[in-house]
Amino acid sequence: MSLLEVDNLHVQFPTRSGVFDAVRGVSFSLGQERLGIVGESGSGKSLTGRAVLRLIRPPGKVTADRITLEGKDLLTLSERQMRKVRGQQISMVMQDPKFSLNPVMRVGEQIVEAYTQHTRASRREAKAKAIDMLEAVSIRDSERVYRAYPHEMSGGMGQRIMIAMMLIPNPKILIADEPTSALDVSVQTQVLSIMDRLVQERGMGLVFISHDLNLVSAFCDRVLIMYGGRVVETCRADQLYNATHPYTRGLLNSLPRLDSPVERLQVLQREDAWMDSDQTSAGTGSA
Amino acid sequence: MNQAHTTLNDSGTSRGMRGWLTADIPRSRWQARASAWYHGWLEFKANRLALLGLCILVALVLIAIFAPWLSPHDPYAQSLSNRLLPLGSEGHLLGTDSLGRDLLSRMIYGSRITLYIVALVALIAPVAGLLMGTVAGYVGGWTDTVLMRITDIFLAFPRLVLALAFVAALGAGIENAVLAIALTAWPPYARIARAETLTIRSSDYISAVKLQGAGTLRIIVKHIWPLCIASLIVRITLDMAGIILAAAGLGFLGLGARPPSPEWGAMIAEGRRFILDHWWVATMPGLAIFTVSLAFNLLGDGLRDLLDPKSHSK
Amino acid sequence: MNEAIAGYANGAGAPATDFAIEIDGLSVWFGQGRDRVDAVKNASFDLPAGSSFGLVGESGSGKSTILRALTGLVKTWDGGLRVNGHDLGRKRSKDFYKQLQMVFQDPYASLHPRHSVDQVLSETLSLHKFNNINDRVEKLLTDVGLGPQFRFRYPHQLSGGQRQRVAIARALAPEPSILLLDEPTSALDVSVQAEILNLLTDLRQEKNLTYLMVSHNLAVVGHLCEHIAVMQNGVIVEVLPVEEMRQLKSSHPYTQNLLQSSLGFVRQ
Repeated sequence: MSLLEVDNLHVQFPTRSGVFDAVRGVSFSLGQERLGIVGESGSGKSLTGRAVLRLIRPPGKVTADRITLEGKDLLTLSERQMRKVRGQQISMVMQDPKFSLNPVMRVGEQIVEAYTQHTRASRREAKAKAIDMLEAVSIRDSERVYRAYPHEMSGGMGQRIMIAMMLIPNPKILIADEPTSALDVSVQTQVLSIMDRLVQERGMGLVFISHDLNLVSAFCDRVLIMYGGRVVETCRADQLYNATHPYTRGLLNSLPRLDSPVERLQVLQREDAWMDSDQTSAGTGSA
Repeated sequence: MNQAHTTLNDSGTSRGMRGWLTADIPRSRWQARASAWYHGWLEFKANRLALLGLCILVALVLIAIFAPWLSPHDPYAQSLSNRLLPLGSEGHLLGTDSLGRDLLSRMIYGSRITLYIVALVALIAPVAGLLMGTVAGYVGGWTDTVLMRITDIFLAFPRLVLALAFVAALGAGIENAVLAIALTAWPPYARIARAETLTIRSSDYISAVKLQGAGTLRIIVKHIWPLCIASLIVRITLDMAGIILAAAGLGFLGLGARPPSPEWGAMIAEGRRFILDHWWVATMPGLAIFTVSLAFNLLGDGLRDLLDPKSHSK
Repeated sequence: MNEAIAGYANGAGAPATDFAIEIDGLSVWFGQGRDRVDAVKNASFDLPAGSSFGLVGESGSGKSTILRALTGLVKTWDGGLRVNGHDLGRKRSKDFYKQLQMVFQDPYASLHPRHSVDQVLSETLSLHKFNNINDRVEKLLTDVGLGPQFRFRYPHQLSGGQRQRVAIARALAPEPSILLLDEPTSALDVSVQAEILNLLTDLRQEKNLTYLMVSHNLAVVGHLCEHIAVMQNGVIVEVLPVEEMRQLKSSHPYTQNLLQSSLGFVRQ
């Protein structure tokens, strides 16, 4: 059974020279799996993730035929009900933990606050839970981290804390928007395996938004490739290197590789045809 | 993306002046600059209130320029038989003051004095502040400490009190009032300029120009000033109301413009004695001060939306 | 093309060396006393003229700091720095900046937001006392694959890749023989990264440049560089030719670790 169904999602921004379609008719369904969304900047991948949570600020506009979470329609919910969904059923991890954690609050207090907001637990229970959670994200001296301020944490540590915080209410879906691109490669692997383990243990659905093709192909089960606000190709992650769409092929070929050196890298030749195909409705085109 | 650009440009060239201004591929330095200004103007125009502020100020400038033709009477001509005429009297639309001088004419001439004060303060205070702030911020070290402590000393006094002290030392008069206001107005500008300089000086584009062997003076003047000036202009327009009020305040206390000069603050001071029975004598110049201050504030708000790099991400 | 540099070297009567950059026991620190942080500790390596050398390491390993010490942007350093056979002091002359230039990491931060492409390049050229600046600006833009139609644009009218090309044009304006590249593609999309890397490859061949490149991306460094130094906590732990790195033949455990993680995520 699928957890999340998105059908014909559009995100539009009015500009001086007309309406800019940032996301144009994206449809996908998410089960208990790791779904990767890859694309370059401006492809609409981040906006897709935010639109599902209705986090697009006006004047941006979200329209869709359907966005359902376990059969419940998210489009018709009030802002208040939506806030509940955001905390308890769908959580989001952003790129840089520096901007997501409150700099003047101790890490532990922030986790406790996130926990008590959703449950009627006592402070002692909440603290125990917070320490549990910090241990779950492989933080060894959890007591010390509990009392620390965000600026005392490294990037990798901060991102683990964010993941701990987001997983406390036991959400069904985690949307991770470039969760590791601000981290060093070695830390990146650690954070990813922590996230991977937790998602699997809890049977969650994961939407993993990234620009890194290699990473997505290794980490996810299924991949959507986005270009110009549209999904141009969907494939199994382990089949990504056999992708057929010229855009996906172009992206793969433009990556330098350690194991196969070349004199010059292949350059992606963009084609207008990628911008519109059968899948899109008659849009105004980007301005 | 590129296709979009060329098509926009091609359709642009066919639309004459407007197309030239909105072309995405400027062909000369002038076009690039004009186009940047034009886009700024389009954005500014969208803000109705700011536009209203600008219109009021343009009107003020025009009134000041054409004062001799606009005013129905000589602003200094006294007529004791026509003392304290009410609003709408024959030949005196806004009435007359205690010496029978036409209030409307005096206010029209007073706009010249107001503009004179505003222009002089706007020339002195921000330039002094910009100089102090950017040098302190960029050079750092001892220079910074010394310059900023001087700024702190000036900031520690209430503005009007400091201005009073200056005027008392220099003697009353409009020029000295301006000087006193300017001397008390620059420290906040220095603070702003320094804060901006501190963020700018560690940026990559300043490093890059250092790597071309550019000297300190060039970096401050050509690279840091253009970025500080935007926020200073905003701050000045927002402060203008306060400056006009300070000038009026000095005039009111008899330390600014000397009678019989039709300075608005001095006019209020004169009208104060009759405020209960002849309210318009003090109210009319008060309304003028209010309108111009409001116009400057509206304009400043509009300019902030336009110029402040923090308010829009582009 | 490099008369200026050749003249400088001969005029000063320096011994002819084949090294573009020689770094001998370089240490760089920030702060004083208790707050002192040693960013680079006793780093040494040489770059033969015309070579391409990569510095890799994680954030905070001190790799960018070496570039900043070389350019004179960081003044608190100790040890021996030689560029084209000349010892460097704390102050750098304009002649020095004619030999060595740098391309910064983030093209969104390295261009002055209110200066057009034309202003940026003209100012650079006039600072170095070139004449017929107009022609040179157009030539530079053509060299980096932009074309003269970009000349009067402001940075906000350019994409990330186009901005980085402008930044490269600015670095090439004084006709240097050495280019320092500080993560020149890490802020760009992969397809744009390929374009910029190709441009850098071409420019190096055309103008016979020496590259010193810093990156956290081993694949990018492996693509552009012949020799690679691996840094950890301010120390160069290993210097190895790129072929050995490609075959994962490194002797230091940290390099092994780095290579493994850069090959991608492996599910345990």
